Amino acid sequence: MFVPQRRFERRPQSRSLFDRGIVLRAIADSFKKLDPRWQARNPVIFVVEVGAVATTIFFLRDILRHTGSAGFDFAIAAWLWFTVLFANFAEAVAEGRGKAQADFLRRTKSDVMARLLLDGGSEEKIPGTSLRKGDRFVVEAGEIVAADGDVIEGAATIDESAITGESAPVIRESGGDRSAVTGGTRVLSDRIVVRVTANPGESFLDRMIGLVEGAQRQKTPNEIALSILLSGMTIIFLIAVATLAPFSIYAQHHQSVTILIALLVCLIPTTIGGLLSAIGIAGMDRVMQRNVLAMSGRAVEAAGDVDTLLLDKTGTITLGNRQAVEFVCAEGIDAKDVARIAYLSSLADETPEGRSIVSLAQQQGTRDGEAPEGSTFVPFSAYTRMSGLDLPDGTKIRKGAPDSVMTWVREQGGTPSPDLAPAVDRIARAGGTPLLLARNAMVLGVIYLKDILKPNMRDRFDRLRAMGIRTVMITGDNPLTAATIAKEAGVDDFLAEATPETKMDLIKREQGSGRLVAMTGDGTNDAPALAQADVGVAMNSGTQAAKEAGNMVDLDSDPTKLIEVVEIGKQLLMTRGSLTTFSIANDVAKYFAILPAMFAIAYKPMQELNVMRLTTPESAILSAVIFNALIIIALVPLALRGVKYEPKGANRVLFENTMIYGVGGIVVPFIGIKLIDVVLTALHLT
Amino acid sequence: MTVIGWIQAIVFFLLVLALTKPIGSYMFRVFDGQKTWLSPLLRPVERLIYRIGGVREDEEMTWYAYAFAMLAFSVVSFAYLYVLLRTQKWLPFNPQHFDNMTPDLAFNTAISFTTNTNWQFYSGENALSYLSQMAGLAWHNFVSAGVGIAIAVAVVRGVARTSVKTLGNFWVDLTRCCLYVLLPISIVVGLYFVAAGMPQNLHAYQDAVSIEGFKQTLTGGPMASQEVIKELGTNGGGFVNANSASPNENPTALTNLVELVLIFLLGAGLTYTYGKMVKDTRQGWAIFTAMAILFFAGFMLAYWAEAQGNPLVHAMGVAGGNMEGKECRFGISASALFATVTTDTSCGAVNSWHDSFMPLGGLVPLVNMQLGEIVFGGVGSGLYGMIVFVVLTVFIAGLMVGRTPEYLGKKIERREVQFAILAALVTPVLCLVPTAVAAIIPPGLATLNNGGPHGFSEILYAFTSTNANNGSAFGGLGPNLFYNIVTGTNMMFGRFAVAIPALALAGALAGKTSVPEGPGTFTTHSGIFVALLIGVIVIVGALTFLPADSLGPIVEHLLLLQGNTY
Repeated sequence: MFVPQRRFERRPQSRSLFDRGIVLRAIADSFKKLDPRWQARNPVIFVVEVGAVATTIFFLRDILRHTGSAGFDFAIAAWLWFTVLFANFAEAVAEGRGKAQADFLRRTKSDVMARLLLDGGSEEKIPGTSLRKGDRFVVEAGEIVAADGDVIEGAATIDESAITGESAPVIRESGGDRSAVTGGTRVLSDRIVVRVTANPGESFLDRMIGLVEGAQRQKTPNEIALSILLSGMTIIFLIAVATLAPFSIYAQHHQSVTILIALLVCLIPTTIGGLLSAIGIAGMDRVMQRNVLAMSGRAVEAAGDVDTLLLDKTGTITLGNRQAVEFVCAEGIDAKDVARIAYLSSLADETPEGRSIVSLAQQQGTRDGEAPEGSTFVPFSAYTRMSGLDLPDGTKIRKGAPDSVMTWVREQGGTPSPDLAPAVDRIARAGGTPLLLARNAMVLGVIYLKDILKPNMRDRFDRLRAMGIRTVMITGDNPLTAATIAKEAGVDDFLAEATPETKMDLIKREQGSGRLVAMTGDGTNDAPALAQADVGVAMNSGTQAAKEAGNMVDLDSDPTKLIEVVEIGKQLLMTRGSLTTFSIANDVAKYFAILPAMFAIAYKPMQELNVMRLTTPESAILSAVIFNALIIIALVPLALRGVKYEPKGANRVLFENTMIYGVGGIVVPFIGIKLIDVVLTALHLT
Repeated sequence: MTVIGWIQAIVFFLLVLALTKPIGSYMFRVFDGQKTWLSPLLRPVERLIYRIGGVREDEEMTWYAYAFAMLAFSVVSFAYLYVLLRTQKWLPFNPQHFDNMTPDLAFNTAISFTTNTNWQFYSGENALSYLSQMAGLAWHNFVSAGVGIAIAVAVVRGVARTSVKTLGNFWVDLTRCCLYVLLPISIVVGLYFVAAGMPQNLHAYQDAVSIEGFKQTLTGGPMASQEVIKELGTNGGGFVNANSASPNENPTALTNLVELVLIFLLGAGLTYTYGKMVKDTRQGWAIFTAMAILFFAGFMLAYWAEAQGNPLVHAMGVAGGNMEGKECRFGISASALFATVTTDTSCGAVNSWHDSFMPLGGLVPLVNMQLGEIVFGGVGSGLYGMIVFVVLTVFIAGLMVGRTPEYLGKKIERREVQFAILAALVTPVLCLVPTAVAAIIPPGLATLNNGGPHGFSEILYAFTSTNANNGSAFGGLGPNLFYNIVTGTNMMFGRFAVAIPALALAGALAGKTSVPEGPGTFTTHSGIFVALLIGVIVIVGALTFLPADSLGPIVEHLLLLQGNTY
């Protein structure tokens, strides 16, 4: 048996945003990011960097020529460099947690040997990296899965903590919706044969490393739009400032280029420019902290825009395990018989519902053991919406959705009597799930499955509604049951008797009317809908196909998490908007600081505009530049954590954020610049 | 400031307010192709025009086809006016025997009228034949206004329509605008103007001897007919140099009021048309409200500054407000009002001399134009300029709500932002760059009559006015080859470099699906949105010019308080 060379570690989940290690690394990265090739990606900060280089040159010239303004030029140059560094730092810190996780994942990836299964059934030991799509390999207890794949033989418990951070082992088995295994996880028991589904370099782990590290981070559509706006504004201010040079010549006053650069840097939207990419990275990081892996920033952004949430009833709105609570007998059928047939029908059914039917039957006195030798289990499928057992003597037992079972009975040549209809109705109305039980051409009775709602869901749906998001419950139940549960849970709408097709139709219909749709899914038959949805969150426990189709993977396989992802998406956009507003509003105060200072000599009365009563022209300009730099660093925590988010109507949110970031954005710099000026003056720095 | 002065402004505004809905609904019917009460009379004429022009009425145009038609029309009509001005000496209706215009002045004038600017580097009564006035300038006063409104209607269609590529038919919009909107109003009000005492004749100027015994030349010509469209189409080019300060162009207090109302009429009405077209009149009223607030802010500052008067004059023992450069018949309030209104829009007609305003009084027209003339604005151009600002506001504010911003159900994304910011870039570039050049090169300073900040204001005003297609002048700046050419090209770019991105923006919006409104989308007709819109207009639109303005009117004001004048 192959034994891994290193201790198997669990992926660390939460680390403080400003962990010492992350901060130190970010400081080093801030300097690396001074590389102009990197800066060119961000036009606003690039302009600042060019300004910093220019003022540095002026400072050096001042020293050589011994002109008087060397001290001032030095101070401006230094603070412009700080401005660039602070912006770099914001981005580097945002990347920090992701990088730390990527480092861990890389270690997980270290050389694993794989037991390649050859055609003849023999095995060959090869390095995991030489496995290719379609290869088959064997893994046994204690070994590490060498590549992503689908289990094609056997079942095993697997420790996925290296990827998910979750220590509870999971079961993976061939067939069905829990067949996917991920390279880098460890088999705890049994032996499975896996067919490789990803070539080296394209594996889930590789993608995950790329994503958490942000290496292939693409600007999202909204980020691009905002960048265009910011670039446009930068050009406008560039012109406003550049033309000041000739205007000053007209006013017979030579304006130093350093001061012009200082004004330009203060006016262009450096605050949002410097924090923009950090906000985006931090958004993806926040999603990652919830153990959801977003395949792109675009997906997170789309989550903020979602109008309609499709939620699977089971697992999301109700606890997965519906309990059988009652058997209702058809006329003339013995209760014992019903219990026994119900027991047989569910023997091979491993779902919680199946097991609850077995135990209810046992409580009612069924003492049968195993199913007769030679019986074949008919698994549940979304198409037939039935499951059951075919006995060797030709007896066929089915249980399932009433209409499906009725149809099946008719196909068997029977004429189902309507006497069970009231029972079916009663159960459905009560929000339970009625399962019709049939043997050959005869309906025997109804099984009452009771749904148990998850706690606090109504609250969450109310929050979603406040945000303007419509929730639609998806269920295989009949419309009556669905309506009752929908009402009880507080969702806006429901899709009953859902099949993959009706689900797909619903998504297309919603999208057709301009809405963005989010959903979760895990099965292979969910894959097309996951791909069609604007935000498709695949469960990590799901099939490879589902994981490929979605644009997010929830490593905890918790469908309710979709709601949190939506909230993060909204928060991401809000943070961007709020800081943009703040940044633009800041300009008012900066004008009042710098303009009077610039023309203090040419036009003395311009001092009237010095409403902050800043001490000297130099201190005024320097204070504005320092404020401009410090505000970036001061807002880093806000950019990384996101602005305060509460689900409220859009108009309310707009009003509050306008007050905080718009009006606040006008007021704060007046105070900040004045304070800095007071400090500079007190320290005799100007 | 006096009660009477305020009453004048308020009466004026209430008239505009009262007319907004009727004229707006009428224009909605016109541009929606519906029947109006004038249809029995005008429909045959309209059909005839299409038959002659080979226009297929139901043919829809994409935004670039629309833009191309608009440009082609403008180029041809520019060439037509240029030729007319260069050959008027040999053409009829020239009783004063005026010579042909020089090439650079003809270039400047032809662009000026094609672009709805009506910047005049000449005095009409001393340079233009009646034919040039009637068939040249008046014609352009109609069609350039028609072009502006047509573009606005196309842009609004872009906002209103979903999932289509087309914005309407330029030729149809232009024809219907001239035929159903501009002509009927011009004919009716023109007749009133004649009745009020404006000249309307074709004979030569007449010599007369005044009571004091001085010899005078009394100008004449077809003035009343040109006066209406001058205001209605926010053109502003006067028949005579003194424009609406002259008794010929503005004989009474009532004509002054009518002229003021005419200037705002279509711009205000279009906000209602807009509301009707997007099927939510509250949207139109929200824009109207933002415009009205900006109008009153401007008027208040201008009126206050002029009513305060000049401290240096006060020191000489002369009390009262600033009457320099004002027509005594109109006084301070009506002059400040006219100056505000004419620059809120792209009109540029004047009834007083902006150059002689107090520095802060002169700042108002300057800032109004720097905002891009979006306060009711040039006919059409004001609305589409405002829509650009609305899109920018929605984008910035909308993000704060936590969604990709939407305006009337349309998502504002990359392309929309791109075109909006492109349109917003035009004004700062075209105002500031030429001003910077002119302020330091000899030809730029050669024809300047004043020095210091006031001289600077004159240059800045000239380029601001031409770029904004206003056409009012601060005065004090004479024509020369440099100014003829540079202001000419400035007018051209000021018009088309905003109109084309605005059409492109409309094209992008038209192609989008509309997302139904819900609690997650913020309303764009609320007070907070209007406040944000004004905030964006002031911070993005006006603050850009603060450095330049502070070196002109603002510092001049501060220097004046210390006793310095220029």
